[in-house]
Amino acid sequence: MKYLDEFRDAKFAKPLVAELERAVTKPLRIMEVCGSHTMAIFRNGIRSILPQGFELISGPGCPVCVTSASHMDAFISMADQENVRVAIFGDLFRVPGTVGSLADASARGAKVDIVYSPMDALELAKQHPDNTIVFLGVGFETTTPGIAATILAAKNEKVSNFTVFSTHKVMPPPLIALLDDPGLQLDGLLCPGHVSAIIGAGAYQPLVDRYNLACVVAGFETVDLLNGLILLARQIGQGVRKVENTYPRVVSWEGNGRARKMVDQIMEPVDTEWRGLGVIPGSGLAIRKEYEDFDAEVRFDIILPEASEARGCRCGEILKGMNTPEQCPLFDTRCSPATPVGPCMVSSEGTCAAYHKYGRD
Amino acid sequence: MRVTRVTGDPDDFTTSQLAEVDADGISKEVRLDVIDRWPIVGDYVIVHAGFAIRALEEQEAKTSLALLQQMADSYSAPDEESQS
Repeated sequence: MKYLDEFRDAKFAKPLVAELERAVTKPLRIMEVCGSHTMAIFRNGIRSILPQGFELISGPGCPVCVTSASHMDAFISMADQENVRVAIFGDLFRVPGTVGSLADASARGAKVDIVYSPMDALELAKQHPDNTIVFLGVGFETTTPGIAATILAAKNEKVSNFTVFSTHKVMPPPLIALLDDPGLQLDGLLCPGHVSAIIGAGAYQPLVDRYNLACVVAGFETVDLLNGLILLARQIGQGVRKVENTYPRVVSWEGNGRARKMVDQIMEPVDTEWRGLGVIPGSGLAIRKEYEDFDAEVRFDIILPEASEARGCRCGEILKGMNTPEQCPLFDTRCSPATPVGPCMVSSEGTCAAYHKYGRD
Repeated sequence: MRVTRVTGDPDDFTTSQLAEVDADGISKEVRLDVIDRWPIVGDYVIVHAGFAIRALEEQEAKTSLALLQQMADSYSAPDEESQS
């Protein structure tokens, strides 16, 4: 049993497509919060079969895309330091800062290693005792527990040349910031799959109560996505608002308490800046004082530089669901995957990258 | 990914908490530090960036697939009725 192919099987998907058509009885506007959902919806061709009146907009759930330009500039200046080896997830490599990217820094001799897991960065630290390893921590609730566990492992194993530059973010606060904007009229949210594995489906109940939204947690395969959209359309059609979970094989109502406990032990909430959304209270995670030996911001006394967004780039508005990539004057002209101007064109979860790859006629 | 071996103590983070998993015949090691519950051999795990975050019993997976079949059958029913 692979327990994956079944969720892509046409024999299950075809009846769901017909049911989605039946379920949409009035116009509805839904935000898919997660960048992986944006890409999966395009990859599965779901936008092309959406019934009339079903509007789907992309949200702020791509961690690389919401990383501020000032953080990118700080990452790049960190990589340029002597005796520093920067470890990153691959998505970050080509994201532009104010001047250049980590790829440019690597080309001029900076030591930039792409790793699959933060534990690989810890191994790098053991292999290169003369360098300080700085793991650039970018990610939401799904990624952060593993990074917290790696800091704990570094402490237990007394690996003193391993550090993390924490720009981790948490998901509900930016949704509240978006939903407080009267310009964004939403009927519901297609809630993230893997973030919800950690925070639990119950984390969206306050959004239902406060904003009268339909909230449905969904997975990333064809059947998961169609099922999520059907439940959203039904809620809107029937005037019901609640949290539903179509991804119980991964997501529970309570989430993963063990992972949250690990994060709470190592990190604490802080205000942090989101690209396009500004500073959102309590939306970031910093390393606690007890673990500051592993905190790159403390070890290197980092002060975030002032940085402005690239001129003409609409990543900020796209992340808020206020613009689509086609409304950006740079989309597919000056900004393309080969020469990205904004982060949404770089990340594999970026809305502009998805529109470029799948969204053109 | 199906768990084929588990090592470490779920309550002791000073030990290496590891599982060997099989994915389509490829064997690899994943960390268990932040998994939702301690797995046993034969369970399935969801892995993110080298860390298992969710354990699932085989029976849960089979039940989930049976429900999927029931759902598809129920959605197909109106079409079949209209054709008859």
